[in-house]
Amino acid sequence: MDSDLIVQILFAAIKTGTPLLFIALGEVICEKSGTLNLGQEGMMLMGAVVGFLAAYGTGSAGLGVLAAMLMGALMSMIFAVLVLHLGANQVATGLALTIFGTGLSAFIGSGVVGQTIQGFQPIAIPFLSDIPFLGRILFNHDILVYFSFVMTFALIYIVNKTRIGLILKAVGENPHAANAIGIKVLRVRYLAVMFGGIMAGVSGAYMSLVYTPMWVENMTAGRGWIALALVVFASWRVGRIMLGAYLFGLASIMHLVLQGLGWSISPNLLAMLPYVATVIVMVIISADRFKEKLLAPRSLGKPFDPRNMA
Amino acid sequence: MNTHNSVSRLELVNITKQYPGCLANDNISITLMPGEIHALLGENGAGKSTLVKSIYGVVSPDKGDIIWDGREVSIKSPSIARDLGIGMVFQHFSLFETLTVCQNIELCLSKTQLVNIGDLASRITQLSEEYGLNVNPSRYVHSLSIGERQRVEIMRCLVQSVKLLILDEPTSVLTPQEVAGLFVVLRTLSNEGCSILFISHKLHEVTEICDKATILRGGKVVDTCVPNEETPASIAKMMVGDLAEQDAGYAKKEGTESVLCVSSLSLEPKQPFGTALKDITFDLKSGEILGIAGVAGNGQDELMAIISGEDERNIKSTLSLSKQDIGHLHAGERRKLGMAYVPEERLGRGAVPEMSLSENTLLTHSEGFIRNGLVDWQSIKDYTTTMIAKYKVKCHGEFSEAKSLSGGNLQKFIMGREIGQNPKVLICAHPTWGVDVGAALAIHQALLELRDQGAAILLISEDIDELFLLADRMSAICDGHLSPVVKTESTNIDQIGQWMAGTFIDNKSVSISNTTPAQKANS
Repeated sequence: MDSDLIVQILFAAIKTGTPLLFIALGEVICEKSGTLNLGQEGMMLMGAVVGFLAAYGTGSAGLGVLAAMLMGALMSMIFAVLVLHLGANQVATGLALTIFGTGLSAFIGSGVVGQTIQGFQPIAIPFLSDIPFLGRILFNHDILVYFSFVMTFALIYIVNKTRIGLILKAVGENPHAANAIGIKVLRVRYLAVMFGGIMAGVSGAYMSLVYTPMWVENMTAGRGWIALALVVFASWRVGRIMLGAYLFGLASIMHLVLQGLGWSISPNLLAMLPYVATVIVMVIISADRFKEKLLAPRSLGKPFDPRNMA
Repeated sequence: MNTHNSVSRLELVNITKQYPGCLANDNISITLMPGEIHALLGENGAGKSTLVKSIYGVVSPDKGDIIWDGREVSIKSPSIARDLGIGMVFQHFSLFETLTVCQNIELCLSKTQLVNIGDLASRITQLSEEYGLNVNPSRYVHSLSIGERQRVEIMRCLVQSVKLLILDEPTSVLTPQEVAGLFVVLRTLSNEGCSILFISHKLHEVTEICDKATILRGGKVVDTCVPNEETPASIAKMMVGDLAEQDAGYAKKEGTESVLCVSSLSLEPKQPFGTALKDITFDLKSGEILGIAGVAGNGQDELMAIISGEDERNIKSTLSLSKQDIGHLHAGERRKLGMAYVPEERLGRGAVPEMSLSENTLLTHSEGFIRNGLVDWQSIKDYTTTMIAKYKVKCHGEFSEAKSLSGGNLQKFIMGREIGQNPKVLICAHPTWGVDVGAALAIHQALLELRDQGAAILLISEDIDELFLLADRMSAICDGHLSPVVKTESTNIDQIGQWMAGTFIDNKSVSISNTTPAQKANS
């Protein structure tokens, strides 16, 4: 393999991994606060369709991303009110949100199926993109990819170095104790869920505005679910999520690469790769129960009712 | 004690709190002076916890006033309480195990406090030396013992320079030696003018350290007293209302033949925060009660789980029942051989919360009540009803859901259910934990009766007094090591207390590393 091909593969892996990165970053923050939102796929699809519609209508991809963020936030707030305020079961509510988002996005997007738009164009960052090898892999992307870089490093800093990060961990581990020392548990969880929604929206917008600049029904193809696995794979550490997202990205494009190299394996089998990888990762992680328990937010999925403190 | 200042630190006036179906606090009034150590006494459910939670802003009272340093305040949240200078050490859930000591303390401080303190870690070290708390700011909380965690909580209050420190049953998790250390810290604080509100139901501690005591019963203040002018017996009388039967002691017996033998049992923990069992050997004889003392979290849970079969790992040739190897059998098979088990956790492990008492009885009595594969509901209902009557379990009937019973009543039910199987061996954790005095007496008698019928009983408890009362032989567990087993008559609280702190572990094991498995996994 020549270095050009490697550059192209890695470049594509980052591009393919970016929507996973966005949505998994949102989910990890949400889960760190102790809330498990299985509605990722639904929020992502709604973000994708609304982002596409906005960009199609206004001609501005930037406005499309903004609309997708708002949509994601709105969807996540439906979830938040149900599970945080009304104490509904998080798993069931999350699944319902996914089904709702899948159906609704197909409905409102039915008029624009097959239409195309002008998505984001790659921007080569001066000087940095001239770095041999790395420059072409990392610094020749569209603006959303750069945004995902910034978000990842900002979150690593916030989660590990700031008081906000401490509060987030505290709420996810022991909401009763957090409440007792005066942290507003529900407010923290609302914000974390909303952040998850916004990131899901961006992730959806990336799909419909950059990755394939068009709207197709169910175009996220299970990425919301892969993101959930990714969070476990990364054992709730932000830095590892980036690594994991690009690994999954690589797995997703492997069938194209291998076909290009003339391997005669059924493309359908190869397209399964990221999903098979997900299953294998989940199995490996669950095998080490000891570690999983230590790293997972202790109160993940458990409702907190401040009125029920006795 | 500094009472020259005529302005009271805290005054509660007619605090009332109504929960659905229960008046938790009924017109409670209490006054605390600066530097006063004030005990809040009462049985479980007397309303102590609700009252202090009102002071700390976790619960908002329906009625009544709180007067702080001479002016009326409304404490709507814990952060308001902390700003006033009120600190609280909770009995349960208040530290974050996955964070360090320093991070835990940081979370409780406001930004201005943090700026004032500057370097928090060095401030913690400094206070730690000043008060002899021995708290290392950089350690992760999950690697700390229960006593150390409590000191972290006290540190958390000290860093904020509190004027009132509330301690909710602080000594229930400590060894006698640790209690003495805690009292030194409390006296120092009191001399500096900090008021202390001390919840307990260990009467000798209250007479030892408290200046004043308020006794609650059924949500009301029934009496106040100066503890060092009283005896534990006279205070107990005020708490219970009528003359509490003072435990005169029961006759001790000697067991006959070994029934349950544990030999050289070593086991890694299954849970990240568990304790490894280290070379445990003892035998339990029929017709005796063997008591194992120890502070919670020193391997009791692991030991119980492996003996009962709840922990399914095969420990062949280390555990035998009536000379038969049972290490490979699962819990149900062990029960069939005559083992009964009362776990510490009543709801969830001792009983299924959503099932009726009859159904819960069926769970461990399946043998007698199943005919041709069908459940004989009538006899099981009859049996449960008889048992409810015999052990005076307060409930609506055999159809009541287990979770609708109070802790003490459910404990009576579970004890009755297990004793009712006439087991050869009964493994029993904290048999009277959270049970009122009358019910505790009934449970004690049932246990002794079972012993006199020839059963072997293993009693694991944190309550040393109860163990001395019931056990014929005693031992202590510390960090997964079991101390020598001795006759109760030939030992005393002091020795057992030292064993609970681990003094018997000298060269018994090659190395006692301070690194817990949890730490290893984390690093």
